[in-house]
Amino acid sequence: MSDYPLNPDLYSDEVKKEPIRAGFGRGLKAAGETNEAIVALCADLTDSTQISVFKEAFPERYIEMGIAEQNLVTVASGLARAGKIPFTSSYAAFSPGRNWEQIRTTIALNDQPVKIIGSHAGVSVGPDGATHQMLEDIALMRVLPNMTVVAPGDSIEAEKATLAIAANGKPSYLRLAREKTPIFSTNDSPFEIGKAYVLRQGHDVSLLGTGTMTYQLLVAAKALEEQGVQAEVVHVPTVKPLDEETILESVRKTGRAVTAEEAQIAAGFGGAIAELLGEKLPTPLLRLGMKDHFGESGKPDELIKHFGLDGQAIAKDIQQFIEKVPRYHQGF
Amino acid sequence: MSGQLTIKQLEQKAAEVRRSILIMLEAAGSGHSAGPLDLTDIVTTLYFEIMNLDPKNPEWPERDVFFLSNGHTVPVQYAVMAHRGYFPLEELQTLRKLGSRLQGHPERTKLPGLENTSGPLGCGLSQAAGYAYSLQYLDDAKHRFVYAITGDGELNEGNIWEAAMFAGKYKLSQLIVFVDRNNIQIDGSTEDVMPLEDLHGKWESFGWHVQEIDGHNIESVIDAASMARAITNKPSVIIAHTIPGKGIDFMEYDYRWHGYGKSPNDYTRALKTLRTLNGKITGEHE
Repeated sequence: MSDYPLNPDLYSDEVKKEPIRAGFGRGLKAAGETNEAIVALCADLTDSTQISVFKEAFPERYIEMGIAEQNLVTVASGLARAGKIPFTSSYAAFSPGRNWEQIRTTIALNDQPVKIIGSHAGVSVGPDGATHQMLEDIALMRVLPNMTVVAPGDSIEAEKATLAIAANGKPSYLRLAREKTPIFSTNDSPFEIGKAYVLRQGHDVSLLGTGTMTYQLLVAAKALEEQGVQAEVVHVPTVKPLDEETILESVRKTGRAVTAEEAQIAAGFGGAIAELLGEKLPTPLLRLGMKDHFGESGKPDELIKHFGLDGQAIAKDIQQFIEKVPRYHQGF
Repeated sequence: MSGQLTIKQLEQKAAEVRRSILIMLEAAGSGHSAGPLDLTDIVTTLYFEIMNLDPKNPEWPERDVFFLSNGHTVPVQYAVMAHRGYFPLEELQTLRKLGSRLQGHPERTKLPGLENTSGPLGCGLSQAAGYAYSLQYLDDAKHRFVYAITGDGELNEGNIWEAAMFAGKYKLSQLIVFVDRNNIQIDGSTEDVMPLEDLHGKWESFGWHVQEIDGHNIESVIDAASMARAITNKPSVIIAHTIPGKGIDFMEYDYRWHGYGKSPNDYTRALKTLRTLNGKITGEHE
């Protein structure tokens, strides 16, 4: 057992679902209530990114930027110089997709506490298709010095993560998904920037998930249990800085690691774990996610299945992986 | 506080700054010449006459702020800041060297007194606009002003026009921008590379108050800034017509000097030229 409080309805078909971005909306309003330095900027997508909640509560601290993502983040940099804590929101495909250099120069190198909120990340954006399904944002943001990168797993955690980045004094990226996502955590579950959490204990394999994929790993772990495999599920909402201690402790115990993300595995979350394990604990590793291809149009749940990212498909992949590869302390 | 010098003294100060720029670039062995030299009169006037500031307290909350958008011209800002007392003149020799606070392009976190980090073109104007928005709408600080400089070649960048639209929409009247209209960019004349005219009309149509001045006439610089501060319903742009490489006759008007000299001799020759500017330099020369 793990001491992380999980939603008791987690494995039910009736599990409560809510878009992760809704948690961001609530969190930003709550942060704005206690800190007057917080301001919000949006590039013509207030409702979709849920920054509208803050806008309605604090219209005098909301700035409409129009469809201009480069200006969105650079104006935010100037506001930060004037002592504000700017939250900027758009679709992740546009911010940080389009304005990465501006983020690099005027926020990361300039070390200003601007918050970049990338909504509609991952393939679960659905019918809008590949142009709007941002898959490269984790890679783009985690290579920037000074940048914190957080991909919350559900709406409750997104609310906590929003409050946390409002207070961390650093450039930060928050990755949000569009679709309703099953809620696995509770109001009492912990969240701290830079911490990973063991949601389910096991000794056969470590399943490391970030963002929406943690839920799918929990489902996979339950399916694996029925086949006699005890999988440990580690939720890693902060991709940077990585909680190396928790991750290494789990992998040292199980001897095998699997990563899952709704993003390109190259240089993404899987890339980050591969770097960590490669240097500190060489371990057989399976990275699940988007493998050097783009998404396409379809219903969100269809796409998750199509790309093999649902719990059942993942369980099969993990089963094969376990059968095929030895644990690190047997093979190395 | 500023405003202690006469026009004549400001001109002399600008000549000293030009001399410092050449010495810095010679010591660095790389860097841009034309822009810093043509911006010297404006930046000197801003720091010595126009802006409210305290060199001993760069974070003074009542200060006016300065955003350099075309970061490659930063040698002029460093030189003016040193002459103004932000840091010792000797430190100018460290430009572009390992461990220096004077990075090749300005980095706010390295040197107190810098308001932004810039170099990649087109994003300094937005940062200035963000600061000006804060003063006007969030801080109720109507007495403070944001000054910015952009290059003219830099106006090719889309980010500039996003910022121009934004400042126009919100009527950011505490934002005062100088465009260094020297007509050159790396590949040649601005009008050959990517024409900017009608530049006056462009800014006007974005909702800005537009003035055009001789960027080497210090009185004009002072007057235009006063006029801009008096405009309370729109942002101001001052198109400053300048001579690239101003003050060094063999550099003037030549776009090839956008970059750096080919040999240390170029700078020795340039310093010699500067010394011929009758009576404008009061300091000792080697």
